[in-house]
Amino acid sequence: MKHDDKTTGSPARTPIMDAEAIRRALRRIAHEIIEQNADLKSVVLAGVPLRGIEIARRLAEFIREVSKIGLEIGTIDVAMHRDDIGKRAELPMVHASKLPLPLEHRTVVIVDDVFFTGRTARAALDAISSFGRPARIQLAALVDRGHRELPIRADYVGKNLPTATREEIQVRLEQVDNEPDAVWLLKE
Amino acid sequence: MNWNRKDLLGLRELSIEEMNFILETAGAFKQVGTREIKKVPALRGKTLINFFVEPSTRTRTSFELAAFRLSADVINISASTSSLTKGETLKDTARNLEALHADILVLRHGSAGAPQFLAQRLKSSVINAGDGAHEHPTQGLLDIYTIREKRGKIEGLNVVIVGDILFSRVARSNIFGLTKLGAKVTLVGPSTLVPREFEKLGVTVSHKIDEVLPQADVVNLLRIQHERQRKEYFPGIGEYTTLFGLTKERARLLKPECLIMHPGPINRGVEIDSEVADGLQSVILDQVTNGLAVRMAVLYLCGGISS
Repeated sequence: MKHDDKTTGSPARTPIMDAEAIRRALRRIAHEIIEQNADLKSVVLAGVPLRGIEIARRLAEFIREVSKIGLEIGTIDVAMHRDDIGKRAELPMVHASKLPLPLEHRTVVIVDDVFFTGRTARAALDAISSFGRPARIQLAALVDRGHRELPIRADYVGKNLPTATREEIQVRLEQVDNEPDAVWLLKE
Repeated sequence: MNWNRKDLLGLRELSIEEMNFILETAGAFKQVGTREIKKVPALRGKTLINFFVEPSTRTRTSFELAAFRLSADVINISASTSSLTKGETLKDTARNLEALHADILVLRHGSAGAPQFLAQRLKSSVINAGDGAHEHPTQGLLDIYTIREKRGKIEGLNVVIVGDILFSRVARSNIFGLTKLGAKVTLVGPSTLVPREFEKLGVTVSHKIDEVLPQADVVNLLRIQHERQRKEYFPGIGEYTTLFGLTKERARLLKPECLIMHPGPINRGVEIDSEVADGLQSVILDQVTNGLAVRMAVLYLCGGISS
């Protein structure tokens, strides 16, 4: 689930992860992906824009370092598959989705920065099925902040972080945000 | 920026950012056409009414297919099947459509300003599919999308629009959109159909096609609208072709990378020769494909926000 990028007022900003913690978390996920997928070459890392794409790219790098196998990276934009269309006063930019075809006999790992209600993951599952029928779909997130609204769980989690619904998780990645890598907890 | 307009009435009122936003969104929707399942649930449960008071096949079909690909339900109403022929006013017809819970109204109308009139009075999204000689914004956007796709930019390009500019809503939407994005637009045609007044819109007017073709990066040939022509404006088909038609011989004046465009339906042998229309420089069918993506983007954006 995307968090709101607009910082209104000056909410208290607590550091949760620094660059080194993010690096270690993604490295561990990379190892888990290798362990869980005997046929590693069949795995596609599908990032959810914007930061999921960067996280997928970093995971692929770690996996290549460890296994010498270069995984394919895709993009899965969920905007067209969301369940709240017509309920928002403004719409954000839609990005083109891109997945290697055919998806049959492949494993798609959905990669996102924050795992929250599960609605983004549900929309991503729907989006992937319009490309074909992969053998398996898995889910990886840098942070799992809880508060699921759907019966969906993550296969790979960088950090479990219990939060209050009113709090916000802010992920910053250098390549996307021009800020040092960090995860912050914002309180009103 | 984020999108927050419920209506698309013309390109004149859009900012550069809004136009680019639609074009970027169209790129995302163009990708949907390459999927195994070419349909997304974006407008599931929404009802779109194609209300075409003037006849049209290709624009209506393009909107209809765009709506299907977004999972909206579509009803088509044409002039002959609507109660307008029984004397109902436009506003009453539209209010009846809204009473049926139409979420999006795609309107083609002979009178300039008809979509704006309805947009101000209805909660539904109103999309202008051509109003009189005013604007045809989705055609303008698909032309711009196609140029940008093929040439990588709009700014600084020489775009030549040939034909009946005076009566053309396609020309106006192109002029508003292209000049805003930094293209240099030249209008060419007989002085009766391309009066000097157009220069007020920030374009160049010429009556000699052979002088402008060598510099052109894009040539957009408008259809000679037989049904609208009156004798006093128009020299005659043969004379028009001789003076302004993009014949095989004339096409040799063009740079090899110059794009040849036409909003369709083309009159082969009148404004364009068959060899040219089917040649390597022609992007006429790309325009049709891109029109679908642009209309999906517009329906998604205008129909997807809460009213």
